[in-house]
Amino acid sequence: MSEIGAIEIAPGTHWVGALDPGLREFDIILRTANGTTYNSYCVRGSAGVAVIDTVKASHADEFFARLEQVARYDEITTIVLNHLEPDHTGALPELMRRAPEARLYISGKAQLMLKALVKHDDLTYTIVNTGDFVELGDRTLHFLNTPFLHWPDTQCTWLEQQGILFSGDVFGCHFCDSRLFNGQVGDFRFSFEYYYAHIMRPFREHVLDALELIDPLPLKLIAPAHGPVLRDAPKSYVQRYRQLAAPLLHVGADFKSLLVFYISSYGNTQRMAEAVRDGAETIDGVRVSLYDLQAGGDLPFVDLIEEADGLAFGSPTINGDAVKPVWDLLSSLAVIKVRDKLGAAFGSYGWSGEAVNMIEDRLRGLKLRVPVKGVRARLIPTESELAGCCELGRQLAQHLTGSNEPKIISMSELLTRESPHA
Amino acid sequence: MPKANVTFENIGITVTVPAGTRLIEISEKVGAGITYGCREGECGTCMMRIVSGMENMSERSVLEDKVLQENMAGRNNRLACQAQVLGGDIVVRPG
Ligand code: FES
Ligand SMILES: [Fe+2]
Ligand SMILES: [Fe+2]
Repeated sequence: MSEIGAIEIAPGTHWVGALDPGLREFDIILRTANGTTYNSYCVRGSAGVAVIDTVKASHADEFFARLEQVARYDEITTIVLNHLEPDHTGALPELMRRAPEARLYISGKAQLMLKALVKHDDLTYTIVNTGDFVELGDRTLHFLNTPFLHWPDTQCTWLEQQGILFSGDVFGCHFCDSRLFNGQVGDFRFSFEYYYAHIMRPFREHVLDALELIDPLPLKLIAPAHGPVLRDAPKSYVQRYRQLAAPLLHVGADFKSLLVFYISSYGNTQRMAEAVRDGAETIDGVRVSLYDLQAGGDLPFVDLIEEADGLAFGSPTINGDAVKPVWDLLSSLAVIKVRDKLGAAFGSYGWSGEAVNMIEDRLRGLKLRVPVKGVRARLIPTESELAGCCELGRQLAQHLTGSNEPKIISMSELLTRESPHA
Repeated sequence: MPKANVTFENIGITVTVPAGTRLIEISEKVGAGITYGCREGECGTCMMRIVSGMENMSERSVLEDKVLQENMAGRNNRLACQAQVLGGDIVVRPG
């Protein structure tokens, strides 16, 4: 264990977490240049002691040593789990063994994970929601249900008498500094933004919902599950989340945005893209933009896609596959929410035309709606194939504006349209 | 063979299918944005809402019932990978 002990963050409330300065990569997708912390907190009331979250299993010893400095196991009445991911619940089974009298408080959605984690038959716990609270005598913990930040199970816990929000991963970051408080640690602004961008960004609507619950609280301190404890100007972190979750630029919500991305070696797929655009533009209330993927990396495109309502991808088929720039873009979308957007594909091909179906499958895998069958053209698109593209654009635009005519098809028709040679 | 008409409300498409078809087989082909994970009735990812026509759906199996309960599903929710259509008209949507 590193030399620092439990750290008091308010009278009777301690940080009892663990430092992991050696960590460089978190959950494969996140990098950190100076490690992270797993923050656990211990709240002492006149009639009970609560532990809020635990730490990663590899750091359990450090956590228990700090916890023992501020509480005896038989005093612990309450264990709150704001989030069941293993970096916060690794030490839970052992804590439950050491403090068998403590009652667990979790969100409803956390049950599944809890059962997977603690395989007792006689596992008992209390499900809590916004409005529920637990009393520790002169201290009260209120629960805020804040799902999907960044798992379905996530919640925040509000310690009323001290104005402390135990926020879980929300407002956290991967930054390790034993000075702990935001006014004393090194410059972690980048880490805070980076964490938001990689963990919270896909859930921005849920972030805004959570802020509705958090905003009215008379916050004195935010105690997140990773990184510095936010004691100086805690509200400014809440404001920053609001800025980050808001749309990039408000241009009026009275139109739907359809983005048509294409890549073309002989201009054929490009002509198809233009036809898709022309078709979509015949429908009022839809703004169409055309982008050549040849022009660049995926970064600005990801931002554009985040704001768009519909996406159409045009790719030639080369060696039986869509081309790399298309896959590169389609594999960069995990950091934003694309679910329920409208998707479509089209493209020209030489011998076989698999790209369109492959892109459609990927779009469905990303949880987009793909209601309009894609268009393929062998080499140079004919007038009727271009008309098909135009119709594809028109139908997409109708779906976007909700002006699509109800359609009836048979299952056998659906099945044959999957075949690349249909 | 008896037929059923399954309408995906969020995209305005109705599909005529043979009785016995599982909802997931239709939804993944029609592109209605209903997602799935395990396809075996365990993960709950494919939960969807039956807007009308529940009487035209197969009964919940013990497994489906358990997973729906664990996911705090309402009376109108079903798992697309488990529920089969039996006939008549059914209207569904994601979620
Ligand atoms: S896909 Fe997992 S329960 Fe249906
Ligand atoms: Fe997490
Ligand atoms: Fe975490």
